[in-house]
Amino acid sequence: MGRIQKMNEKYAGDAENKQMNENQIIVTVGREHGSGGHFIAQNLAKELGIKLYDKEIVEGIVAQGFSKEFVEEMDEKPINYFLSRRIGEFSNSPEEIVAEKVFEYIREIAKKGESFVIVGRCAESVLRLYPHVISIFVTGDKKDKLKRIEDIYHLDAMAAQDRIRRVDSKRKQYHNHYADFKWGDSRGYDLLINSSRLGIDGTAKCLAGYVKSYMQVKGIEPQTLGKE
Amino acid sequence: MIAQAVALIIFIGMFVLIILDKFERQWITLVSGLLMLVVVFGICLHSPQAIADTLNLKAFFARSFWYGAEESASAGINWSTIVFIAGMMIMVEGLGHSGFFRWLCLSLAKAVHYHLVPLLICFMCMSGFLSMFIDSITVVLFLATVTIELSRMLKYNPVPMILAEVFCANLGGSATMSGDPPNIIIGTSLGYSFMDFITNTGAVVGISFIFALVYFWLCFRKELKANEAARVGEVSCPEPSSAIESKPAFLCGVLVFAIAVVLLITHAQTGLTVSCIGVIVAVLTLIAMVATSGISVIPKIFRGVDYKTLLFFIGLFVSVGGLEQTGVLEVIAHFISVVSGGNPYVIVAIILILSAGCSALIDNIPFAATMIPVIQSLASSTGMALPTLAWTLSLGTDIGGNATPIGASANVVGTSVSAKNGHPISWGKYCKYCVPATLIVIMISLGCIYLRYL
Repeated sequence: MGRIQKMNEKYAGDAENKQMNENQIIVTVGREHGSGGHFIAQNLAKELGIKLYDKEIVEGIVAQGFSKEFVEEMDEKPINYFLSRRIGEFSNSPEEIVAEKVFEYIREIAKKGESFVIVGRCAESVLRLYPHVISIFVTGDKKDKLKRIEDIYHLDAMAAQDRIRRVDSKRKQYHNHYADFKWGDSRGYDLLINSSRLGIDGTAKCLAGYVKSYMQVKGIEPQTLGKE
Repeated sequence: MIAQAVALIIFIGMFVLIILDKFERQWITLVSGLLMLVVVFGICLHSPQAIADTLNLKAFFARSFWYGAEESASAGINWSTIVFIAGMMIMVEGLGHSGFFRWLCLSLAKAVHYHLVPLLICFMCMSGFLSMFIDSITVVLFLATVTIELSRMLKYNPVPMILAEVFCANLGGSATMSGDPPNIIIGTSLGYSFMDFITNTGAVVGISFIFALVYFWLCFRKELKANEAARVGEVSCPEPSSAIESKPAFLCGVLVFAIAVVLLITHAQTGLTVSCIGVIVAVLTLIAMVATSGISVIPKIFRGVDYKTLLFFIGLFVSVGGLEQTGVLEVIAHFISVVSGGNPYVIVAIILILSAGCSALIDNIPFAATMIPVIQSLASSTGMALPTLAWTLSLGTDIGGNATPIGASANVVGTSVSAKNGHPISWGKYCKYCVPATLIVIMISLGCIYLRYL
């Protein structure tokens, strides 16, 4: 059983969870590095008129009294098993402490009842108890991912490839430690999509169409989506 | 030979899995213990007697388990440790429920008029003293929480204080038999009393504690004074009495704690074993809590008992029993004896430095449990006094755990509470202050052992 699933069991009995907004739509976007997942999530949120949470999560944790450098450094980072230990509910792994804060913050956002799009951070597992969570994983062709990373970070091909390998490895370890299914495993998501086929805008539009169709099927009122 | 190899593989596998933290540690030791029983004792050794010896259930029916002038030495599952720790857990739950720890911290802070340097000294002394009788995890948990709460009101950096509290909790724990799990295991396995510990490890710790107080005072006084000087406006802190949720429960909790201290100090005279004291303390706590807070408090107290740690101990004892029965630990003892050339000074230095070094990096509880048969074997093969090796092992495992954030449970809890409240303590910062302090105490311990016992 993944760590998040255990946490979810704790929250399952909460009175607040029993009063969830039945019209709330939550779209979680997992992504490979360089696939454009962040931009797709940004465009998707715009298309749907709902809020996007990505770096905003870091700001939320910083507002709780943590230093920005510390949270940014530890965000979505796998724990170091040899430099940390856990005694019952107390772990002294800084990565794990930030992860737990992030999961708490994600739950707080969801409790407000508004619809939103959220990027990474095992959100699909953290929010599994919510009735309308649409989980998406964005992948991409290697050459497109390389090109994007080269352009954004001004790297040569070798450095870009190395960066993609490193970041994806971290995200995979992070996800697999907390969630109860493997990162990028099709069985854990509602939809896997290759951004190389339709591009950033096309993929975002396609996903927006999927979300709207889902709402129609489930009888969720379209006015749930705002005008962000 | 095959049995030894299998036992060693199972044991190393258990250690690796504990470090990797993929599964809860009690399941790891329990499965490892089960494998020892089935594969090593059942399939390799065909020895039902070894299984019976390791499970050690007959201990409960022995008079000496409950009553005797001395603790009875035991092998296999050390049920005395389990029963005593369970009893103390129940007492600590009752105390925590009554608001005792918070009241104590707030009272001390008020007594020193919220001046930070005296507060540091007070909290270090309190941490050391309470850890002599209560497990250091509980002491650090309450102290670190109050330290952070006070830091918000008094506007100071809580990290120096938490580091000093954690260090003193481990140091205080090493002074007595009941203070630290390795000591409980050493005491109950080798048949030593509370007073044996106090007069041996306690004396060394007493000297070391003075050095630790001076060391941390020198390290942190400037920073704390600067914090205090920068404070503006009136200080408003909660009154100590606000910590007490129910006065009768509080008084009863304190009374049971005092009884536990008296029973522990006098157990060599009264003949009550630590298992018996554990049961008495648990029963008294439950009676006191029911009388003051009603029957509904009982499930709360039992829910707070850390049964996972108790299961962890049971699995661990069986796993170590596997190594013991197959003779693996005798091989290690023989190796130490050969390396040292039988020189007692070298043997003591090896045991102290090895146990301190290992405890700084791995959990010191399994290490201590593993080393007890090793020192028994060393004592019989070299003719050295077993108590000397026992005190060396106790000091090494307890103090060595101070050096790193993962060396002892109290360090993990202290650094975790600090980080969760926005004050992460990196390895660099932790080691910068605690490694020199650990080295100082190790040197003092080595000197004391050489002067007194050799």
